[in-house]
Order: sequence, then C-alpha cells, then structure tokens
Amino acid sequence: MSNRVLPLRDALREAIQEEMQRDETVFLMGEEVAEYDGAYKVSKGLLQEFGPKRVIDTPIAELGFAGIGVGAAMNGLRPIVEFMTWNFAVLAFDQIVNNAAKTLSQSAGQFRCPIVFRGPSGSAGQLAQQHSQMFESWMSNVPGLKVISCIDPADAKGLLKSAIRDNDPICFMESELMYAHTGEVPEGEYLVPIGKAVVRRAGSDVTLVTFNKMILPTLEAADLLAQEGISAEVIDLRTIRPLDHQTIVESVKKTNRIIVVDESWPFASVASEIAYEVQKYAFDYLDAPVTRVNSADTSLPYAPTLVEAYLPNAGKIVKAVKSVLYAKA
Amino acid sequence: MTTTTQSRKKSSKSTFSKETYLHWYELMLRIRRFEERALMMYGQEKIRGFCHVYIGQEAVAAGIESAIRREDAIVTAYRQHGIALGRGCTADECMAELFGKATGVVKGKGGSMHFFSAQHRYFGGNGIVGAQIPIGTGIAFAEKYKGTDNLCVTMFGDGAARQGALYESFNMAMAWKLPVLYIVENNGYAMGTSVQRTSNVTELYTLGESFDMPSEPVDGMNPESVHEAVSRAAEHIRAGKGPYFLEVRTYRYKGHSVSDPAKYRTKEEVESYKERDPIKITENNILQNKIATEEELKAIQVKIKKEIDDSVKFAENSPYPDPSELWTDNYTQEDYPFILD
Ligand SMILES: Cc1ncc(C[n+]2csc(CCOP(=O)(O)OP(=O)(O)O)c2C)c(N)n1
Ligand SMILES: [Mg+2]
Repeated sequence: MSNRVLPLRDALREAIQEEMQRDETVFLMGEEVAEYDGAYKVSKGLLQEFGPKRVIDTPIAELGFAGIGVGAAMNGLRPIVEFMTWNFAVLAFDQIVNNAAKTLSQSAGQFRCPIVFRGPSGSAGQLAQQHSQMFESWMSNVPGLKVISCIDPADAKGLLKSAIRDNDPICFMESELMYAHTGEVPEGEYLVPIGKAVVRRAGSDVTLVTFNKMILPTLEAADLLAQEGISAEVIDLRTIRPLDHQTIVESVKKTNRIIVVDESWPFASVASEIAYEVQKYAFDYLDAPVTRVNSADTSLPYAPTLVEAYLPNAGKIVKAVKSVLYAKA
Repeated sequence: MTTTTQSRKKSSKSTFSKETYLHWYELMLRIRRFEERALMMYGQEKIRGFCHVYIGQEAVAAGIESAIRREDAIVTAYRQHGIALGRGCTADECMAELFGKATGVVKGKGGSMHFFSAQHRYFGGNGIVGAQIPIGTGIAFAEKYKGTDNLCVTMFGDGAARQGALYESFNMAMAWKLPVLYIVENNGYAMGTSVQRTSNVTELYTLGESFDMPSEPVDGMNPESVHEAVSRAAEHIRAGKGPYFLEVRTYRYKGHSVSDPAKYRTKEEVESYKERDPIKITENNILQNKIATEEELKAIQVKIKKEIDDSVKFAENSPYPDPSELWTDNYTQEDYPFILD
C-alpha cells in the first residue's frame, strides 16, 4: 500500500468511489453532484463511473432529498447525502434530527438508518452571516447521530469510508477552504476508526485541542510558542461525537493546561463540552482554568476587518496559552 | 429553456410615457454598468466572497419598479444588486457594500448577497435559496394586518421554485388572500442545473395553478411586458383578491457567480439571448418610435458612466468598519452580555 499526496477533495472522492465499488447499496445524491462534478468537485467523474442511478443530481430541496435519504436508508440502502454546505442542511434538520437520529430508538431497533450527511461546515472567507456557520456542536447535541469533522486528507478518506460502512447516521463535516489542502493519502483500503482523536504534535507545557481547519492556526501557534521555548501538544479531534475524551485527558494529565480552539460560537460549543470533561476527569491535574478560543459570540459579517476580529487565529491562541501559563504576553 | 409561450409584445406602438422609457433605460444601464464594474473590481480582489450579477435580467427590475409604488415592499435572493438599485439605493452605497466598507448600504456587514434598505422598503437579499418566499408572504401578511394598500413583491429563482417553502407559502397566501406578488425569475438555470433537469413541470407559472392562484408567463427581456404583467397583478392584489404569480422568463449572461465558467450551456444559447438584450431593445424602441433623441440617450450614458466611476472612488476612499462593529447589530438590547472568552 503506497501513499500519494492528494488534496482533500480527491481523498473524499476516493473514499466514496471505493465504497461505491465495494457495495452496490451505496449511492450519492445532492445538488450539482453529478453533471457539474460537485460544487467543489468532490464527486468529479463519479457520474461517468457509476451512472445516474447511483450519482444523482437533486433539485434545491434539502428537506425533501434528506428525507428521501432517510427512507432509503431505512429500506436497505446506504445513501451519501451531500449538502452544498451545512448552512443549507439547516433546512433538512427535521429529517436529520427528528428522523435519522430517532429511527433506531423509535422502532426499538427494528430499523437502522445507515446514512452519511456530508458537506463543508464553517467560515470560508467573506461569505457573511448565512454562509459561515459551524454545525459541529449543533449536531453533536443530538443522541443518535455521530459527528465527524476533519480536513486532513488521509483522515478524511479513512473516516469517510468508516462512516459509509457504519450502521448509524453520520454527519460528516468538511471545509470549503480546505478542499485543495494536500496531504499523504494511503492507496486502497484505509480505514480510520470513528471516535479517535490524534496527537498531531507532542508537547509538554500545554495541550491545544482543535478540529477541522482550526488545526492550521493551532499548529502555527504551536510553532510560534516553540520559538519562545513553550512546548505545545496539539490534538486533532477528527470525530466530535463520540468525543475521545481519553486522549484529551491523558494529555492534560501531562501538560496540566489546556486550550480548546473551536470555530463554533462559544455558547454550548465543542469547547464547552471538552471543558466539562476535563474539569471532571483531570480536575486535580489542572494548573489553570480550561480556556477556549472560539469564534466571536456574534454573527459573522462580510467586511475583512470583521472576519479578522471574529475568527480564532494564531495570535489569539498564543495569547490564550500565555494566559494559562501566567506568562507575559 | 422553453420559449414557446413567450408573451413577447410585438407591437411597435409605444404605450408608455417618455419619462417611463427614459427611466427604464437609465435604470437598466445603471444596473448593467454597475455589474460590469463589480466584476472588474472582483478581478482586482477589491470585492470578495460570492458575487452574483444581474446582467441580462435588468428588464425585470425596471418593469417591476415602474409598475409598483415606492411604499410597496420587495424581497429577493442573493442576485440582488439590480433590485436594490431599482429600489433607489445609490451606486455609491451599493459599491461600497461590495467593497465591505463602512459607508455601504449595510455598513459593510452584508456584502454582495445582503443589501437591505428600510428607507426604500427593501427587505433584502437572502442567501438561503427559497427562504424569502415565506418571508415575503409574511411581509404581505403584515401589510394586510395593518390595513394598508401595499403589496410585497416576492422574487426568487427557478431553482428556488423547487423548495417546499414555495408550496407552503402559496397555499397560505391563497387561503388567507395575502397581498403578495410572487415573481419567479426563470433564467433557465440554478447554478449548473437547467430547469428541465429539476422537475417534469418546466412551465413554472403552472405551479400556481394547483392553488388556483392567477399565474402567467411573461417575457422578461423587455421592461414593457414586465411592467404590463406586474400592473395587472398589482391591480388584482390591491383589489383584495389575494396573491398573483408571474413567471418572468429571462436569462443571466454570466455564470452563476464569479467562480462559475458556465460550461453547461452553449455559446449559441447565450448569444441568442444577447440578441434580445433588454437595453438594446429599449434603446431601439426609443429611437425608432422617436420617443427621445440619440443625444438624450447619450446624456444618460455619460451620467451613468460618471455615477459608476464615482461609486468606485467613493468605495475606494471609504474606511473599513472598525473591528468593534462586530459587536453591534447582534441584539437590539444595548447592554447585551456577550460571552467574551
Ligand atoms: C438552501 C440553499 N441550498 C443551496 C444553496 C446554494 N445555491 C446558491 S444559489 C443556488 C442556485 C439557485 O438558482 P436559482 O434559484 O435559479 O437563482 P439564480 O441563481 O438563477 O438567480 C444554489 C444551489 C443555497 N444558497 N441555499
Ligand atoms: Mg435561475
């Protein structure tokens, strides 16, 4: 098995393609996924390979096609439903939350709903209020759903393949800005287990936990801190629900300090949940309060100055780290 | 796209005043030049994010505005620069908004998709496809509730016509006889998807018929036909008879947004629409019927060119919003306790 350098979009496509080759019941549907090759070209060439029965362009009707996915999943298929972005999946939350997540419980285990809802989540430059939202914490609030959020191409391939094979409904979150982001990706069969975080960089002074594209400013901050002799351990969650609190807690037991870098809004965010877990399971190890760097507690406007003020960045992360180290900024 | 039932007006006899023709000409030219400049500024990265231009569809904005009242409301989607200009937002404040400047029509907070103007009864550009259909219905609901004579023009694209929100709104608007004029701007495509590929019902105006809503197709490449249909509809609505639905058949010359190369359609198709260009049609109409002279049109062209040039300078010279603006306009409560860490 050899590795190649691939952009995120190709890694995702490879996962879909391999799973569609492996399993006849897997199909892809969404807006512009077939003839246009996907709004972000994730599904390029899949229509040619699998034909219109399995690669399906839908009208702009998120609630309807998400529900069709749920019904198909209850009746033996394995749909991959692409949302052009998760902002538009809001229209389909009834089907995701009230149905996909509830089917197993409501039917007392008689009906499964093995479906993957996927698309980009989070901000993507100056796209303004309605097109910039992060949905990881929203979806993670719902029992019955599993939530994956990653941008590393190898992880994306391995996790998407696992997600397609999983028998529970999965929300899979990518990033518009990261589809061209490259990394080494194993060829052929490659599975990454759902629910396992990964340590991207080992360190001893502070733990930085993050996910999705915030891994980039977080690693940048770790570099900046290293120049000042501060050693940061960086954890990439990859799966949000179930949360791998073991990896986080183990790291905190070593570093005694933790910053969560989370593009979600602060209230009831992924960071809030991690803060709970850490104070509960590593209380005696903490030398400083669990601290978070979230997006601002506001809608995201268009102007570049406001985008800059809104988003977490390396500077804000470094500042937070210094606060928990009680060091001068 | 289907052109078989185009109700295009063939008569050369002009039925509108000189003032109306010149108003149309000026507005359509303002929109066209504004959009051309916006694309150029996008190329120079002065404008970022999504940018969906209205080039080709100008007659729709023009024909609506001349047929409704200033007090009437309009709400539409993200392809909205032309609608805002039609409402009376200035090129200065619109260009500044695209630049993300504090002098923009929404202080640089909305960008290309979200202009709003309470002053001009413009309820905004909506970025979620179809979301404005129930919202426009609700704006109309409020007008009826308050007992005014106003209506709400609720505009959306052919792609949006496939959202469930349309069917729910049509039903309630008819059941409650709301003063709403639904206008679908059928430009043939929703991103790369032609109308034909989204449904077996491609004559969009017929969607109103299952609710017994008066519905008709309209040639959207000519402000005359748009005006006439909107006038008819407005009269019906103001008489208290409830909603009306127009399928305005138009075309976007450019890709869906700046990043779309529009490979899903032929050059010939695009050219065939450019031959029916609304600005050219109106210009020919004005000159052939001697409604105004070439000099008068020239003067308008010069005025618009200066207006657009000035708008770019205005935008360039305006400041970006201060970062503290992030915390304004989230709540009406002045001392709202934000989470700050
Ligand atoms: C709910 C929702 N789904 C998808 C999108 C992405 N999207 C933006 S515009 C568009 C096409 C809409 O086409 P149409 O309604 O015909 O309007 P036009 O662009 O032609 O003016 C799509 C799919 C969105 N903004 N909102
Ligand atoms: Mg359209």
